[in-house]
Amino acid sequence: MRFLCTSLAIFLLAACAGTQTPDSQPPAAVEDRGAGKPGASAQGVPSKPIASVDLTGRPGAAAGASALKDPNNILSKRSVFYDFDRFDVKDEYKPLIEAHAKYLRENGGTRMLIQGNTDERGSREYNLALGQRRSESVKRMLLLLGGREDQIEAVSLGEEKPRATGTGEEAFAQNRRSDMLYPGEY
Amino acid sequence: MRKLLAALLLSLVAGPALAQLSIEITGAGGNRIPIAIAPFAGEAALPPGVTGVLRADLERSGLFRAIEVPPLVPQPSESSSVNYAEWKSRLADALVLGSIAVRSDGRFEVRFRLYDVVKQTAVGGVAYTVSREQLRATAHRIADYVYEKLTGEKGVFSTKIAYVVKRGARYELQLADADGANEQAMLVSNEPIISPAWSPNGKRIAYVSFQNKKAIVYVQDVEVPKQNVVANFKGSNSAPAWAPDGSRLAVALSRDGNSQLYLVNADGSNLRRLTNSSGIDTEPSFSPDGQSIYFTSDRGGSPQIYRMPAAGGDAQRVTFEGSYNVSPRVSPDGRSLAYIMRNGGKFQAALLDLNTRQVQVLTDSELDESPSFAPNGRQILLATVIGGRGVLSAVSSDGRVKQRLTLSAGDVREPAWGPLVQ
Repeated sequence: MRFLCTSLAIFLLAACAGTQTPDSQPPAAVEDRGAGKPGASAQGVPSKPIASVDLTGRPGAAAGASALKDPNNILSKRSVFYDFDRFDVKDEYKPLIEAHAKYLRENGGTRMLIQGNTDERGSREYNLALGQRRSESVKRMLLLLGGREDQIEAVSLGEEKPRATGTGEEAFAQNRRSDMLYPGEY
Repeated sequence: MRKLLAALLLSLVAGPALAQLSIEITGAGGNRIPIAIAPFAGEAALPPGVTGVLRADLERSGLFRAIEVPPLVPQPSESSSVNYAEWKSRLADALVLGSIAVRSDGRFEVRFRLYDVVKQTAVGGVAYTVSREQLRATAHRIADYVYEKLTGEKGVFSTKIAYVVKRGARYELQLADADGANEQAMLVSNEPIISPAWSPNGKRIAYVSFQNKKAIVYVQDVEVPKQNVVANFKGSNSAPAWAPDGSRLAVALSRDGNSQLYLVNADGSNLRRLTNSSGIDTEPSFSPDGQSIYFTSDRGGSPQIYRMPAAGGDAQRVTFEGSYNVSPRVSPDGRSLAYIMRNGGKFQAALLDLNTRQVQVLTDSELDESPSFAPNGRQILLATVIGGRGVLSAVSSDGRVKQRLTLSAGDVREPAWGPLVQ
């Protein structure tokens, strides 16, 4: 499929080659490259970016993977919520984190990505750092409870990927959040 | 070939009709200089309207008021003799006359002269030979000349701005002229782009892209469509700030746990750690002399702005009023600091006089972000939210003149004002 897209894009590029003069359009644009190799020169072919975060554990192979999807199982819950400008994990989320730590212990081959998020207020950069602190605080608890360093990666999306798009405390509260995600879920 | 591909790609991804920022002025300064700009002789035959751009530039600065000029027969030019009494009766303090002529090679000769009507003297003038595509840029250069002659400060009409547009699920890093014209996409992505920062010579932009599902710092030459990784470590890599000499950047990295400040060469080499705190350190910003770095830190319990030597060392707290002060930017003269403060439930741009410690709130917005000084220090460009949509706004550093830059479709955010063009 990627090859098809690529050749189609090349065809489209070639098709309009006669109508554009490059010098009239600086600065030139760069499209996301699909190779996932930062620093590689731009190919000029639009394709979907591939995550460089390599979390190749196979969810289907893990014992009890269906528990992750079972709405009656605590493992189906993935989110930890926070107060404004806070990153401490409230007591009410500790059973949830304990359950996921147990799952990680029992499924040594699986991996987890924790994404920290913030509401839209304040600085994007400060929020990126705050989101990182939120995901790190969940990671630290999981490590204390027996998860392994090489199983868990903590990253931040800051305020850039809000789950709730409205403004107001209800939406903001939804977005001050860490999500514990397994392979195939991000 | 790469240039060709990139240009073609741009036309594919952005389409031929680029939406452009339109600017609305929502306030004006007190003592504006009344200036008459007569249509240049020969201009009527040309499409872009050099004097229209010139007039809009000067009015947008908030320091000039363009005087209505009735149709004049014959049309005066820079070589006409000036009837000062007539212009004085129109209440003009300054006057611009000029001409545009097509040369035999198809290029244009643009000439103008600036007059002081009060002193009844010619201040000076310039002649340019330019292509049709350069006519608009020429108008900006004339505006820079007039602005500098009459205010004593550098004009910034020929500078560029960078910003990020979110259109649907797509993010575009755009460059445009300071008046919003000639928007050009530098990067298009399905993942967020934040924190563009111009290199001091205006040739490169550092930015943070989430294209690989996490924050990574890149540097890209504005004329070469190639991304260069500057920082891609475990965790988040963000908040690039150029040192004034353009050789290094300060960045915020969470590779060692919390977000901390590091210095890195512009090619990604020679990483060294600058801060060692137990809290969040981010948003570095160099003072213009390169001696200090201002930054945001929550080491004292709430996010506040601190200053430290550019080589690292003890940090001193700079902001004390309020419980949330972020995004510091030092003015080009090094005397004041623009930043975002939480004021009640609102996030507003403020200016701190670094000598007197006086704080002035500059806007009445709900949600200001990302302040950025014009290179002459006269204005501060901001992102703000109006009606649920991101727009750019500019406020004069005395808080009196406000402009809003709106894009017809999409959310605009993360502005960065480029340096003066040589």
